[in-house]
Amino acid sequence: MKEKPVYLDNNATTAIAPEVLDEMLPYLKEFYGNPSSMHTFGGQLHKKLEEARERVAALIGAEPGEIIFTSCGTESDNTAIMSAVDSRRDKRHIVTSSVEHPAVLNFSKHLARKGYRVTFLPVNNLGQLDMDAFFKAIDDDVAVVSIMYANNETGVLFPIAELGAALRDRGIIFHTDAVQAIGKLPINVKELPVDMLAISGHKLHAPKGVGALYVRKGTRFVPYIFGGHQEHGRRAGTENMASIIGLGKTCEIAKTHIDEEATRVQAMRDRLEKALLEKCPQARVNGDTKNRLPNTTNISFEFVEGEAILLRLDEHGICASSGSACSSGSLEPSHVLRAMGVPFTAIHGSIRFSISRYNTNEDIDKVIEKLPPIIKELRILSPYGR
Amino acid sequence: MWEYTKKVKDFFLHPKNVGEVENPDAVGEVGSMVCGDALKLTLKVDKATDRIIDAKFQTFGCASAIASSTALTELIKDRTIDEALKVTNQDIAEYLGGLPKEKMHCSVMGMEALEAAIADYRGEDKKSVEKKEGLVCECFDVYEDTIRRVAAENHLTTAEEVTYYTKAGGGCGSCIPKIEEILKDMWFPAEKPKPPIKPKKLTNLQKIALIQDVIEKEIRPRLQADGGDLELIDIDGNKVIIALRAMCTDCKMAAVTLKDIEQKLRTLVVPDIVVEAE
Repeated sequence: MKEKPVYLDNNATTAIAPEVLDEMLPYLKEFYGNPSSMHTFGGQLHKKLEEARERVAALIGAEPGEIIFTSCGTESDNTAIMSAVDSRRDKRHIVTSSVEHPAVLNFSKHLARKGYRVTFLPVNNLGQLDMDAFFKAIDDDVAVVSIMYANNETGVLFPIAELGAALRDRGIIFHTDAVQAIGKLPINVKELPVDMLAISGHKLHAPKGVGALYVRKGTRFVPYIFGGHQEHGRRAGTENMASIIGLGKTCEIAKTHIDEEATRVQAMRDRLEKALLEKCPQARVNGDTKNRLPNTTNISFEFVEGEAILLRLDEHGICASSGSACSSGSLEPSHVLRAMGVPFTAIHGSIRFSISRYNTNEDIDKVIEKLPPIIKELRILSPYGR
Repeated sequence: MWEYTKKVKDFFLHPKNVGEVENPDAVGEVGSMVCGDALKLTLKVDKATDRIIDAKFQTFGCASAIASSTALTELIKDRTIDEALKVTNQDIAEYLGGLPKEKMHCSVMGMEALEAAIADYRGEDKKSVEKKEGLVCECFDVYEDTIRRVAAENHLTTAEEVTYYTKAGGGCGSCIPKIEEILKDMWFPAEKPKPPIKPKKLTNLQKIALIQDVIEKEIRPRLQADGGDLELIDIDGNKVIIALRAMCTDCKMAAVTLKDIEQKLRTLVVPDIVVEAE
């Protein structure tokens, strides 16, 4: 690609922050030791490991001892759910939502095949959780409830505080996949009644291949990966030091940028959304616009197909994503939009823009300039585009 | 990200023959918005020579669907109806320098639109909406005759390939066993169930041994191929009690699987066996 891309796909992955990379590089070059070693060369990394842990903990108001480093958000989610059901062998019921990330959705389906009972809670057409179904699903057999903090496709937020409050004192472990929300919204586990919470590095300007799981002190925990004594025996495997240091640094920075998310980032998102809806007839926003992440907008353009839109945008160096079937690699369009009852005609033409603090007003201008004519042209091509 | 050829990209960014011809002599429409792609083909035909003078398209779909439509219209222009009918989905794919295998259904859609248009021109059954029989894939509205034809022309041997070419089986997946059956019937028609080994009268011991043998040799390997398994729990007279294991647990097709097992045991052991799940 010739020019710098206009990267508006930050819910897929993000750029590594320059400060994060700077902090990481020495640990990929000269300080390659193993923090478990007895010698100073390796052992000195132990301090960096604990510093990273403190930084991650500080971002969400946790104790450092409540943070376990993992290889990614998916591992954190799998670990949380597996630990919950493993530590409550007498309980066989898992409650989650129908719009979870595959990390939770497909792991739950896997457990269903192993004989667990799984309830996938429905959402309404705004993508909000069906609370009646939630209360109905909670029975004495529930081992774990796993509900995402914010949906990755629509940005819609779930009432984690309310759900957690309802589950407290019932002996049910409550896990939330907060991968999309961390760093975009202030989250404080001192006030938020969750037992476990998943974090991913690469959604937060750290590199890919590192994540963390918050496990509230006192929560019964069974490891998912067995081997060495790393992470106090809770997650085996030699630590991915450079990336863990990167995750720590990114959490430290995120803390100072959280206000910017609610102001500058959100302003860019709102401006983009408003302009596209004005310039493109028969377009609609998917999901609850009052209660969502500040950086995400998911817009359906009727009568055109998402992959075609993405490839035309790609010609201008604009990166976004789509819930259409053709862009998913399978023939199945987005499970999230389907669960919301969005008509197929609108799902196929859905485009998600997800912004980060590294985006500029020029980026937004470029999309506002380039996208409407693309929609118009593709509608001329389409037999339905009248 | 799909690996598209330069040709596909060119025809996607700069499609040719877009729109509708005026007062068309033939119209072919296939696909639907629900399926995620649709094509409307309109033709102008010189009635005296049966030659296609103009062809235009409107397509709702991804890059390869739009490029396939351009390829189709380019391929059939200035040809007679009979010549045009010889255009296959492979011709369309070749014209584009190839398509990713998952996207071959776009070339098939082009061929189907052409056939629909020609049927319309000839006044043959205007629309095949009435044909309810032979519907295999309900998600994408694909019929058995289409699957058979596309599979034969492109030498497709697996259900996955059929999905790539026709989309059948790409939705809920419940028709995949049906597709597999069609393929088996097409490519291995000779493979009839093995001649029943039916001794005159089995003693209870013989029957139990035979049932175990059939399960081990005939049934289990097939279930395991799909990631499933079963356990023989008990045999009570002619009642065989089994439990489905692994992927078979919670499989929506479990009831069908049980029926299949029962059929197999009836053919190979005794005809009045009843199979029940634990």
